[in-house]
Amino acid sequence: MSEENKYWHILEEFEPIKDARMPKGREEVISPSSRRNFLKVLGLGTASAALIASCKRPVEKAIPYFIKPDEITPGKAAYYASSYFNQNEFGNVLVKVRDNRPIKLEPNPKSVITPNGTSGRVQASVLDVYNINRYQHPLKNGESIQWEAADSEIMERLRQLADSGQPILLFTPTIISPSTKKLISEFVAAYNAEWHQYDAIPMDGYREANRKSFGTDAIPEYHFEKADCIVSVGCDFLGTWLSPVEFSGQYAKRRDLHNGDGNLNKHYQIEAGMSLTGSNADLRIRAERNDYGRILAYLRNKLAAKKGVPATELPAPPQAVAEKLDLAINDLLANEGNSLVICGDNNPDYQVIVNSINQMLGNVGRTIQFERTYNHYRGNEKGIEKLLNSNPGAVVVWDVNPVYNHPESEKIKAAIEKAPLSVALSSLPDETTALCEYILPSPGYLECWDDAEYKDGVVSILQPTLHKLFDSRQAQETVLTWLKDDTNWRDTIKSNWAASYFPKQTEQNDPERFWIEMLKRGEFVTSSNPVSVGYNQNEVEKSLQQISNEKPTEDFTVELFENINIGTGHGPLNPWLQEVPDPVTRIAWDNYASISPAVARQMGIKNGDVIQLGTLTIPAFVQPGQADKTISIALGYGRIKGIPEELITGVNAYPLATVENGFRQFAVSGFDITKTGGFEQMALVQGHQSMEGRPIVRESTLDKWKENPAAGNELHEQIKHHHTTLYQKHEYKGHKWGMAIDLNKCIGCSACVLACNTENNIPVVGKKETARAHEMHWIRIDRYYNGDEENPEVVRQPVMCQHCDNAPCENVCPVAATNHSSEGLNQMAYNRCIGTRYCNNNCPYKVRRFNWMDYTGADAIPNNRYDPANMTVDLSRMRHNPDVTVRAKGVIEKCSFCVQRIQEKKLTAKNEGRQLLDGELQPACQQACPADAIVFGDLNDPNSKVSKMMEDPRNYHLLEELHTLPSVGYLTKIRNKS
Amino acid sequence: MHVSPVREPLINGEKSYSDITNDVMAPIKAKPGKLWFAGLTISSILMLVGFAMIGYTIWFGIGTWGVNRTIGWGWSITNFVWWVGIGHAGTFISAILLLFRQKWRTSINRAAEAMTIFAVMCAGLFPLIHMGRLPLGFFIFPYPNTRELWVNFNSPLLWDVFAISTYLLVSLLFWYMGLIPDLGTIRDRMKTLWKKKVYNFLSFGWQGSARHWQRHESMSLILAGLAAPLVLSVHTIVSFDFATSVIPGWHTTIFPPYFVSGAVFSGFAMVLTLMIVTRRALNLQQYITVGHVESMNKVIIATGSIVGIAYITELFMAWYSGVEYERYAFMNRALGPYAWAYWIMMTCNVISPQLLWIKKLRRNLTFTFILSIFINIGMWFERFVIVVTSLHRDYLPSSWSMYKPTFVEVAIYLGTFGLFFTLFFIFIRVFPVIAIAEVKSVARSSARKFLGKPTQKQKPEKQ
Repeated sequence: MSEENKYWHILEEFEPIKDARMPKGREEVISPSSRRNFLKVLGLGTASAALIASCKRPVEKAIPYFIKPDEITPGKAAYYASSYFNQNEFGNVLVKVRDNRPIKLEPNPKSVITPNGTSGRVQASVLDVYNINRYQHPLKNGESIQWEAADSEIMERLRQLADSGQPILLFTPTIISPSTKKLISEFVAAYNAEWHQYDAIPMDGYREANRKSFGTDAIPEYHFEKADCIVSVGCDFLGTWLSPVEFSGQYAKRRDLHNGDGNLNKHYQIEAGMSLTGSNADLRIRAERNDYGRILAYLRNKLAAKKGVPATELPAPPQAVAEKLDLAINDLLANEGNSLVICGDNNPDYQVIVNSINQMLGNVGRTIQFERTYNHYRGNEKGIEKLLNSNPGAVVVWDVNPVYNHPESEKIKAAIEKAPLSVALSSLPDETTALCEYILPSPGYLECWDDAEYKDGVVSILQPTLHKLFDSRQAQETVLTWLKDDTNWRDTIKSNWAASYFPKQTEQNDPERFWIEMLKRGEFVTSSNPVSVGYNQNEVEKSLQQISNEKPTEDFTVELFENINIGTGHGPLNPWLQEVPDPVTRIAWDNYASISPAVARQMGIKNGDVIQLGTLTIPAFVQPGQADKTISIALGYGRIKGIPEELITGVNAYPLATVENGFRQFAVSGFDITKTGGFEQMALVQGHQSMEGRPIVRESTLDKWKENPAAGNELHEQIKHHHTTLYQKHEYKGHKWGMAIDLNKCIGCSACVLACNTENNIPVVGKKETARAHEMHWIRIDRYYNGDEENPEVVRQPVMCQHCDNAPCENVCPVAATNHSSEGLNQMAYNRCIGTRYCNNNCPYKVRRFNWMDYTGADAIPNNRYDPANMTVDLSRMRHNPDVTVRAKGVIEKCSFCVQRIQEKKLTAKNEGRQLLDGELQPACQQACPADAIVFGDLNDPNSKVSKMMEDPRNYHLLEELHTLPSVGYLTKIRNKS
Repeated sequence: MHVSPVREPLINGEKSYSDITNDVMAPIKAKPGKLWFAGLTISSILMLVGFAMIGYTIWFGIGTWGVNRTIGWGWSITNFVWWVGIGHAGTFISAILLLFRQKWRTSINRAAEAMTIFAVMCAGLFPLIHMGRLPLGFFIFPYPNTRELWVNFNSPLLWDVFAISTYLLVSLLFWYMGLIPDLGTIRDRMKTLWKKKVYNFLSFGWQGSARHWQRHESMSLILAGLAAPLVLSVHTIVSFDFATSVIPGWHTTIFPPYFVSGAVFSGFAMVLTLMIVTRRALNLQQYITVGHVESMNKVIIATGSIVGIAYITELFMAWYSGVEYERYAFMNRALGPYAWAYWIMMTCNVISPQLLWIKKLRRNLTFTFILSIFINIGMWFERFVIVVTSLHRDYLPSSWSMYKPTFVEVAIYLGTFGLFFTLFFIFIRVFPVIAIAEVKSVARSSARKFLGKPTQKQKPEKQ
């Protein structure tokens, strides 16, 4: 058929088809044969012939799938909806699975609880699965045993104990899984056992107070996004309190100025030690830890007086504090019904007062709602009391570690040792499992089936994304075996869902289809109705009385708090979490006693000097903003059992806690500081605390911003006029990537740092190397103090590679290993880098990281690995993202704007024949940020969110006066000081 | 030829032409003494320890050093710049002073040139070993390759590669060309056959014919012409490593002249340190006279004063620029945590050479020796101050950090001393420390023997 007579029979055929995969100009590379080319070919041919002939290559067998499973496409990630739950951390996640290995957790954007982001701990949890310290098979007295043998022995002994009436105690952390709860109740019934939930840091005081005030022991929902004024007394709600990821998102919504209405919340934080939340406050009021009760009473009485409610006279907090509290009181009164008062102390008396304040202000039912109450934090002291006071016949521990984290550690240890039968159902060895006769290991949560009802009526599914790594069995399956029930656990959950939730919906009419739909979505939300609670103020008087009995003391009070990364004691096993510096002190790998600068001066204590506090020997850290008579110490450190030597860091501060009136207290008075003369080198990653007056973080106040949206950012315009160059401006055709960071929304939680670690295979270097400023993080969160050392204001700034269009690093590299892409990315060719570190020296932002030693095992030289955290053993290496090169010793690396994600999304769009959508493409840091502070996108698209943010008068570039022309913009921090 | 009575003789003690040959060749012919063996042993042990530490660094990585994310270059680049500086005196003396027809250079140029070459070898080591991936260091050369990769000609570090290698090559050539007539002389005096053969080979069969001399002279002049600009360019380019960057304290246009004068300053100091000892040890006091020392001291005053002015200009410019980062960088140098290094530098480099205005001190060998050591220390600290104090507190205070060398870095530095002195010890035993032919060429006009006899009329010199 001739060319002219070619008919087309469908319309698409008329269009010539372009081969999308062949970039234009590719053909031109093939040049005609010349003498030069002949020599090239000849040389290559000879060399390859010589190489092939002389080298004996090892035989490597690659066996393809005979029948390929449907879900697995090599090189392509699959995502499964699941959930993470541990203590106070909950996240609906999508598990990214590559070639059968979960490698990354991403927030499930359809979740009603955590759609925006995840916490750092969730990000890091993927590493917990690949932990070589896990129990790998069942044990009896330290010797391995068959599952069947262990089961039959335990069942027989449980039966005997049950028959003889000796108590069988089952300890679990708070269980939020409806199916597991049901299962446990069956176990309790079958063996006449007692089930106790135990939390390392409990909130039973809150539940008790709510029972007294509202007649329900539920912990309500707090709506920070509805609160115009927040008064928090020592409550770290952005870091560790109750549901921080959720609250961060809500809080950040009210720090957003993009819509232009300037409707910022006003945040007062009254606290002794500097917390993450306190460092974000508009006004942080420094107060002693043991004044909290008096502060709450003062707030309550002042408000009561204004509202005409009778008030009881009480000793007032110090004058300086009271004066500032009056400001808060005025704001609270101005925002009745739209305010929120919270307190971070587990003392029920305090919480009763907090409840009365919120009730007076009309917040209950508005910013505090009982519609979807929280199901976690059900633990209390009763179980431990029972363990200590009755001679239990059997103790079954399931992921709880009271020997480590309860003040009565020694007694608990004795009681477990004395019990005739002790069984551990945990996956990781710890201080408690070490005492148990039987250890029946459970796999990690990414290998398990489960469900979770974190909030009433919001039920999620956990599904396995990895075949069980070791000879382990999920604890629920163990219990099923003991119940002689041979249904499989997944089927149990499935039938529970069919019975409980299938009838509550109308979308699906087949339970099987409903189940599959739920697996896809990961979450089921039942409809809910507003719940109104009554209020009973009878207890207030009694609580006030209790508080009036507290006396201010002259000695030191130790305040124990949960660290945002390490948590209650799970973190030390996770090198990623250990290596991320604390967002306030910027110390990694350690806990320490924070003391105020005044006390440090008076006693001649410097950072790292070891001090003695009662029985505790701990290095001191001088913390600006710390109350003089309060010493703050992070919990969760000092784990010894089941941790490799290299990861044992810090000291265990749990023994300092006390139990008062049946409630655990984490603030204890009566301490003296004595210097021991010792010194410990801490891994402090930021030694200098002040900006030295440089315009690095630019800030202003809300009032000024309302007058002039560029307030505090006047320099930007001035500098813009100075940007002149002799060179022609480079034109970026297609995309030009950029990032905008809203400093007003960033709370500093470090989730981005951990997400980046996971995504980009960032090596872990250990405490010693971190102390030598050899840390490898591609993104860091700088923290500066402003003002006096007693009441400093805190600013933060996430800093990653700024992808400068006029990059100082690029022109100094002798081998052109770092260069600029046609889309404005500053890129690193690791293969080309020879490690002169010139780029690093010349980077004004100091974001480049050098592989000082063989941290990853990618180096060609043998026997030189530096891996203090076992991150290069085969099991841990399963975490690696195969899309990102693992860097060898001696090369520079840095933030790539997640170029692998850019490439992937661009290809997807190309294959689908469409343009890339704004927001479709998110680097790992943006994706994890619970506060939505990071926005990434195409600067060539004038309608993209990032372009609009760059146009915001608040936008500036870091060190823009250097004419480096960064692609990252920062939006000024605006404090609400009105 | 009339010689001004103001000029003091360059060769003391009634030395005839044959005395010159005998005196200079004495160490080559004689068996080395115990001191020489002791010196060689100590320096070669140091060298081996240094090499072992270099091996250790390559094996385990730069992490064995004290440098960190903020301070990417520490002792390694400090030492590099310092050694390159030391390596300036030889070529300066032989090339620039040759062009300026300074006769006094003839007694010292040989040793100074050898020192230059050894110092540049030591210097050249550092940019290599400070690389994270030394085995791939060849990437820095613009060689054609199948991946069509090319080097970055914008990078001062690449300019360094060319500058240093050219300088080493030209210095080596210049030195060796100057050696040829002397090698011929040695060959003629050697009694053992194999030594004769070796020196004959090394001297390229030098016969001392008029044609040989004619070619040798013009070659020397051409090489001097080539080497003279190199003396100025090498340290200029080394200074570009810093001057073209954006780091406050580095980003300074004054650097090229400041570095060159600093280099000559430190080079002369090192020549003095070595020559004051060598002349005693090899019994060459009559050839390297107090007059020589004084001349060199004059160069030291000149270059030292330029360096001093440069320091003060830097401070002024930091203030005058109005840039807060610049101002802070210099405040921090003088008053920050590394102030001690700054004040060592200031004392040794600015204050101490000014003492040389006093003629008595200028002609005092002990004083000059001590002063030369001070200047060497001061110049090392100058480089340390530039490299480390500029980096350790740059733009973002969040990244500020401190630097302390590790044992490995110290050992590598000492190892380069080992290398330097090992080569120097070998040099003084196998090659003439003083350029015999060149000294002879000025003997008639500057040796006491010929000047001291007023009755003997000056004969027209053959040149």
